[in-house]
This record gives sequence, structure tokens and C-alpha cells, in this order.
Amino acid sequence: MNIVVCVKQVPDTHEVKIDPKTGTLIREGVPSIMNPDDKNALEEALRMKDAASDSAISVTVVSMGPPQAEAVLREALCMGADRAILVGDRAFAGADTLATSKTLAAVMRKLDYDLIFAGRQAIDGDTAQVGPEMAEHLGIPQVTYVEKVQVEAGASGAKAGAAPGARLRVTRATEEGHEEVLVGTPVLLTAIKELNQPRYMNIARIFASASTSVETWSAANLDVDKAEVGLTGSPTRVRKSQAKDAKREGVTVKEAPREAAERVAYMLREKRFI
Amino acid sequence: MDRKDYKGIWVFAEQREGVIQKVALELVATARKLAAARGAETTAVLLGSGVAKLADALVAAGADHVLVADHELLARYTTDAYTKVLCDLVTERKPEILLVGASYLGRDLGPRVAARLGTGLTADCTGLEIDAESGNLMMTRPAFGGNLMATIECAEHRPQMATVRPGVFEAPKATDAPAAKKGAIETVKPRLEASDLRVSIDKVVKTVKEIADIGEARFIVSGGRGLGCRENFAILEELAGALGGVVGSSRAAVDAGWTDKAQQVGQTGKTVRPQIYIACGISGAIQHLAGMQESDFIIAINKDESAPIMKMADIAVVGDLFKVVPELTAKIKAAKAG
Repeated sequence: MNIVVCVKQVPDTHEVKIDPKTGTLIREGVPSIMNPDDKNALEEALRMKDAASDSAISVTVVSMGPPQAEAVLREALCMGADRAILVGDRAFAGADTLATSKTLAAVMRKLDYDLIFAGRQAIDGDTAQVGPEMAEHLGIPQVTYVEKVQVEAGASGAKAGAAPGARLRVTRATEEGHEEVLVGTPVLLTAIKELNQPRYMNIARIFASASTSVETWSAANLDVDKAEVGLTGSPTRVRKSQAKDAKREGVTVKEAPREAAERVAYMLREKRFI
Repeated sequence: MDRKDYKGIWVFAEQREGVIQKVALELVATARKLAAARGAETTAVLLGSGVAKLADALVAAGADHVLVADHELLARYTTDAYTKVLCDLVTERKPEILLVGASYLGRDLGPRVAARLGTGLTADCTGLEIDAESGNLMMTRPAFGGNLMATIECAEHRPQMATVRPGVFEAPKATDAPAAKKGAIETVKPRLEASDLRVSIDKVVKTVKEIADIGEARFIVSGGRGLGCRENFAILEELAGALGGVVGSSRAAVDAGWTDKAQQVGQTGKTVRPQIYIACGISGAIQHLAGMQESDFIIAINKDESAPIMKMADIAVVGDLFKVVPELTAKIKAAKAG
């Protein structure tokens, strides 16, 4: 079985600051990381590989991004992935979710996949769209918010997900709890952090993967219509962006704790909240 | 595609087990405002099995039309069935705008529908307006983890699609819908086969959540990174208890494992609008502010006077939350007792 995992390099948004004068993002010094949900997706693929007999499962990681995104692919190799592909081209720049999903779907068509894993959403955009949109372009089913994956025994004698055409029992989170669904491959699953606890890179894997190079693919490697990718292929455009203006006409209380609490309680009484 | 062929504002009216979700009503109210600006009509689209009786609630909320797609294969939400039925209706009737609630269901359905229709989708909008000049929908949403607000336009593709999180817009008031007007309810039988559904639901498990729904609470006491550890939330529980409210938290506290995801207030958590919101040890990233800025009254307790939450607050208490919160609990208990 071939598993393809989509990962994205994102700025650690907890560290992002806004320049109060210009209202723009300060990106300098902000560390880049593998998107957290994507890491859970990768971890699950690697666990399926570990559970299967020797080389019955191969894990390929794909990332669409600038050259520096190679770092997350190297990290994926050091965690245990077999193959890594960096997809980048000037033609892909400025893509919104639809254009991104079309590009990634074109990558998938060049790969032999049974199962595609993606993170539910990336922390820099929080859209949760690229996974389902990719599944739609590929014409395969999707299961989102995945918190557990089991390979169903009995599907053409499949053992630990070794055979293509496997049947999966997938648990997905809902507002009220969860539901268990059955689906055959090929299928696209989007992972949430409840799925697992991702492993760290380990020394043995770092050495083992040292000879594996990250492949770089451009538009020339794919069958894509240039009108459908990048900024040209993006139905949505950002008209403007600004740092948020968040202000109320409030009072500042700087007294010692007891006096401060007294003042707050007084104001709450005055407003008849208590 | 001729954009002029696309008319009207649609709301996907989410129902679960025969209950219209509040977000659907919030979107109908929003659609009405957009429709007034656009000179258009609103249609609520209701998918399910035996759900026609729910249409009246959507009319009462202000929908000009309700389109009911009734089929036994729509009884439970599945991506394949709902995508097919909704896309078929959009293709046939051509709405200009399609709004979907950003619930688990909506965030599964929305992108699948947008991809099939080949149009744009703006996720988790906090503001929707019609641009007076172009007539296009201006969709505002937080970006970069909520550190920035972006206004997005889908100028050349139809329908213009947006998802909105529950609680972001206000639910309609009884006075919103003109009493004399009667919405037109139309039921259609969608073309759907069992073979259209590739994912089968085997088991549905509802977990009894002991955590109160913070979206419904009148008083919320929230804690963030400044709490330092899970145990320290006990003092917030006491304050919330004294007020008759619940404890919420920032994303940082959830990520640290101190609080449950169900308690998270913010862009990727819940949007709340309680009477009083007390933020303790929360700096106030825009992602958090987006989820609580509509609260009637905001109190922030923080050591750092320059924290963004302090600018948002009606009362900004500069001090050590571990000293201020217990004092405040005592004062409120005393006030209630006497």
C-alpha cells in the first residue's frame, strides 16, 4: 500500500507579531515548523508502515512551497518517510485553496496512492479546505477530523493494511462525540491532534535518511493547466488586510489586589450584573 | 459563466436529527441584511429526511424561500450525499451567494462543494458585506492565526461562498421577520442512489460532555498562559462558581493540556457573547479576541498593562491574577450574600 502525506511548512503563529505602525506581519525571527495537524497525519502513516510487514507500506511526503520548505520534508524523512517531494514553481505562487488543491491533485495523479493523509488545517490559514478540495478533484471519498484509523481484517485477506483495496474503519470527531465510518481505499483522510502523539526524529533514522534526497518537482513535472494554478487559477483575492483595531473606552485599575477587587465588584453592582 | 445569471442569497440550513442548528438561523438573519443591500431574496436550503416540518422555523427566522431536499439517504450527514444534492441544486438554480455554517459538518461539506462547483470559499468569516460599487460580497476573516484581518473577494466566480462559525453573527430577533410575509416552501426530491455514498456510517457515539457549553453562558471566566498549570484553574472555577458562570480558556491553555478543547474561546474555538467576560492571564492574540469581542462587558486581569486584551477591556486590572481573582471572588460572594 502506498500512503502519501501532504505537509506544509508554516510560521509558528504563536510567535507572529504585528508591527503596530504599519499593521503588517513581522516575519523576521519567526521560526518555521511542520504544521501540527500534518505531523499527526505523517505519524499515523508511519505507524501503519511500522505495523505492516517489511516494506508492505511505503510513505511519501509531499509539500508545496518555497525552497526552504525542504526543511519539513527532511524532518519527515528523519521521522521515517521513504520518499519526499517538494513541489514548487513560480507558476504556483499566490494560490488560494482551490488552486493549491488542483496543484496537489495533479501531484497525486503522478503518484501511485492508496491512501492520502493531510492535516485537518494549517495554523497560518485555518481554512481546512485543501484536503477535501483535493479529494474532490481526484474523485475519491474523504473523511475529515480523523481521530483513529484501523484497517479492517478480512478485506481480501489484507493484513495490517498491506493490500490495496483495503477497507478502513475510521473514527471522526463530531460536535457531539464521534462516529465510526467504513470506507475503502483510495480515500483521503484529514488528521486532528487527537489521532496520535507524533514521534521525534531519531539518530538512526537521521543517518538512514541521509542518502535520500528531496525530489523537486515543478509545473513541468505535472499535467496542469497554467490557468488553473497559482494566482491566475485562484477565484479568491485578498482585497485588503489590516491589524485589527481592538479598542474599548475602558478604565484601568492599578490599585492593590483588595482595592482593585473592591472597585471591580462596585462597578459590577452598579451595572446590576451582580 | 455569466455572473448575471446568478441571483439570490442561499443559506445551507444545517439540521441534526431534526433540530435546526442555531448557526443556520444566524446565517438566515445575516443573509437578510445582505439581501437588503443587494436587492435580492434569501433562500434557506434544508437537506434531510422527513424535515419539511422544520421549514417554518426558517421562514420565521426571515427566509423568503425554503428549499427542502427530502430523501432517506440524507437522514444522516455524509459528504457524498450532501455534496451531490447541494451542488445539483446550485447548478440548477444559480444562487449568487452561498453561506454555510462552519461546524464540523460545514467544514467538511463547504470545500467539497466549492471544489465541485469550481468556485472560491472563504472560511470562518467574521464580517460579510456587499460592496456598494461592485455588488460583490466582501468577506472578512482573521488570517495568520488571527493576527491579521483579511478582506477577501470572489469577483469572477459564482456562487460566492463563505463559511461562518457558530455564534459570530447574532441570531434573528422575533421582530426581524415581517409578520405579514409568508415564505414560500418548496420540497424537491433529489436524485440520489445508495451507490453515491462511498463512506458508510457504522456507529454514532455521543459522549456526554460534563463541560458546560460556554457558548450559552452568561458569565465566563477565562484563563490563559498566565495560569501556569492546570491546577491553578481552580481559582477561576471558584470565581465562575460565585458568578454562576463557567470557565473558558485561550488556545494556549488548551494546547498546554490544562483545559479541554470545548472550553476554548477564539477563532478556532468557540465564539461567545456573554454578559461578562473575565480574561485572566490572557494576553489577547487576535485569534482570542475574535471569539469574545462581542461580550457585553469585558474585564481583563493581567500583569502586563500593554497586553492587547487590556485595550479591549471595559475594566483593565493591572496586577497579579493569583491575588486579584480570590479577592474578587470574595467580594462577589459578599455582594450576593448581602
